[in-house]
Amino acid sequence: MADRLLKSISSRGLKNAVKGSEYRKEALISYGVLVVGYILLQLGAAVGFIGHNLQGQFVPICVYVSLAISLNLVVGISGELSLGHAGFMAVGAFTGVVVTRVLEQSIEFGPARLMIALLVAAFAAAIAGFIIGIPILGLRGDYLAIVTLAFGEIVRNFMNVLFFGLDEKGHLLFAFNHTIDGIENNQRIITGAIGATGVTKLATFTGAAILTAFTLFVVLNLKNSKQGRAIMAIRDNRIAGESIGLDVKKYKLMAFVVSASLAGMAGCMFGQNYSTLAPVKFNFNTSVLILVFVVLGGIGNIWGGMIAAALLTVLPEALRQFADYRMLTYAIVLILVMIGTYNPAFRARITAFVEKIKPKKKDKGKEKTGKEAA
Amino acid sequence: MKKNWTKFLVVALSVMMVFAMTACGGGSSDGGSEGGDNVLHLGGIGPLTGPAALYGVAVNNGAQLAVDEINAANPDGVQLVWDMQDDEHDAEKSVNAYNKLMDDGMQILIGTVTSAPCTAVAAEAYENRTFVLTPSASAAAVVEGNDNVYQLCFQDPQQGQIAADYIAENYPDAVVGAIYNNADNYSTGIYDAFKAEFEAKGKTVAAAEAFADDANADFSAQLNSMKNANVDLIFLPIYYTPASNIMKQASDMGYAPKYFGCDGLDGILALEGFDTALAEGSLLLTPFSADAEDDATKAFVDAYQKAYGEKPIQFAADAYDCVYAVYEAFGKTGLGTDASMEDICEAMIEQFNGGFSITGLTASGEMKWESTGVVDKAPKIYLIQDGKYVEQ
Repeated sequence: MADRLLKSISSRGLKNAVKGSEYRKEALISYGVLVVGYILLQLGAAVGFIGHNLQGQFVPICVYVSLAISLNLVVGISGELSLGHAGFMAVGAFTGVVVTRVLEQSIEFGPARLMIALLVAAFAAAIAGFIIGIPILGLRGDYLAIVTLAFGEIVRNFMNVLFFGLDEKGHLLFAFNHTIDGIENNQRIITGAIGATGVTKLATFTGAAILTAFTLFVVLNLKNSKQGRAIMAIRDNRIAGESIGLDVKKYKLMAFVVSASLAGMAGCMFGQNYSTLAPVKFNFNTSVLILVFVVLGGIGNIWGGMIAAALLTVLPEALRQFADYRMLTYAIVLILVMIGTYNPAFRARITAFVEKIKPKKKDKGKEKTGKEAA
Repeated sequence: MKKNWTKFLVVALSVMMVFAMTACGGGSSDGGSEGGDNVLHLGGIGPLTGPAALYGVAVNNGAQLAVDEINAANPDGVQLVWDMQDDEHDAEKSVNAYNKLMDDGMQILIGTVTSAPCTAVAAEAYENRTFVLTPSASAAAVVEGNDNVYQLCFQDPQQGQIAADYIAENYPDAVVGAIYNNADNYSTGIYDAFKAEFEAKGKTVAAAEAFADDANADFSAQLNSMKNANVDLIFLPIYYTPASNIMKQASDMGYAPKYFGCDGLDGILALEGFDTALAEGSLLLTPFSADAEDDATKAFVDAYQKAYGEKPIQFAADAYDCVYAVYEAFGKTGLGTDASMEDICEAMIEQFNGGFSITGLTASGEMKWESTGVVDKAPKIYLIQDGKYVEQ
């Protein structure tokens, strides 16, 4: 009963209910983008068509795609603005580095170590998300944006003074001040502002692609579940949602914590792709970058965000030939895409163009809507 | 309505971000145009845009100057090609830049300019066997475990040790304090080593105060702590902008200690709006000063000013020395320019570990390298007198 009510409140939920294929279509395109992208890149690398530069970006691309998917859960599906996604990424990345280093002696097999690190990172980021979300998700307005912005900065500054080390017996030590003795003579894992150095890289393209698939699986299934419809209903009309007894705070928190823990996993994978990891990487700019992926791909449009994340990760590298004007060109491309995708006139022209090419499909579509209307 | 607001905010933020990235752009990099047959392809990586662009641009200019000189001096010999890629002082982008240079056929890497990106690139270069000589990445982690990576600059801990030794020897009666940036690895790296070495000499740091942001403007708390501990020599392992604020505020409160800085303090006399009288009597440990009077430095400063219209900073001199060091060492390996990157790497390691030495702008006397990759050269200590650097 409540579920049906939900469907009627949420405009998209309503569409879902009427057009049963909407979810399947979205899932098909999203997984399709991932699989096709993975196969193309693997083939390109095997044939030698893709150089070192692009090959080196395979893992970052997967990480940013995962981040875009997980942020879409908060921004698109739950309708809140989060400006601290890099903070959760940082929690996951540093947790992952510590876990893999601690387990280095006991577990020889790299992928198993990575797997455990991912799980612990997801858990740690989820806790961080829970702590942040609890006091603020019940509030109205744009408080989440402000608090997440602060959270991102707090995590970064916290990491600047945090020290982790291992003593001879393999026990984990940590301190908040670099002058604390005892840690000086031991093996350092994280060294304040310098961050982690000498990380054994465990990330592989296949591993990162599997993580992206997992992220996609979680978000798409959550979106299409009873809980997902509740989350979207609250987004579309909070008062109506409350009136049928939905626990607004609970559902918002659900989306936020799941998103945070997925970001933690992506961050963990990111940290395992470089031999060094400094807190400064996870600054406000990185949070905004992920948000830009989501917005350019279309808020709430998961596969759009995936494509935007992949293209915008590669774009600055592809523009290297412009030398000094590289970032300027990047900015111009970004603004043009932003204008292009949101300009109704431009969109109408594109749609008209697409319809011109495929007149048959258009007829089919008409028939379908005609049937549904009937 | 709310959606539109969100969209607007996102657009505004992304524009802001892009501006922050481009704000400090400048300098130029000549692409890797392949000339004749006898060409050695040198790659460079550093921040040409972003907040650290000052350093990357200086390295690019200094290296380009050395490359042009070498090519002009010996047109029939080995010709150098210099190709510098931007990394925005970001480890991830630095690795991308490294891979781009690999695609372009780089044979030797001079870089990267800043420490954290250099650590990431060094690990990649270790796997691929690229010879790396960094002009300015001074963190200890850059060379740790990488037999192919060498530093031309002093390591941060080295600077701290040298400073501690110098102060202990020349100012045995001074009450020494320190103000450092605990969110900056350069500053903490120097301070940690300074404190350890100073204490090993049987001395104590009377007061140590930290701050967390180079944009910090108010140092009254730190200075009062120094004053209360009767400190008369403050060690400042920080960059010149916060140091200038410290000197100004100390003077305002009628407190006149002596200052001892490291290479980050270089540039303080050229700072706009700074009264150079405040820095009078300060000591600094820096490998290079554009005001020095020796012939090599004068010639370099003249050539640099003619080419780029500004005085070179230490990073430009570091890069200039790097190119000469790599060129000389390569000549000694006996390899042709058609040798592979891997072969060059092994031969260069042999040279650098085998007592290769060179004189340059950034050392008094010769510089040599230890097999760990750390440079072995005599430090230069300058006293600021009458608004000029006087070598001690």
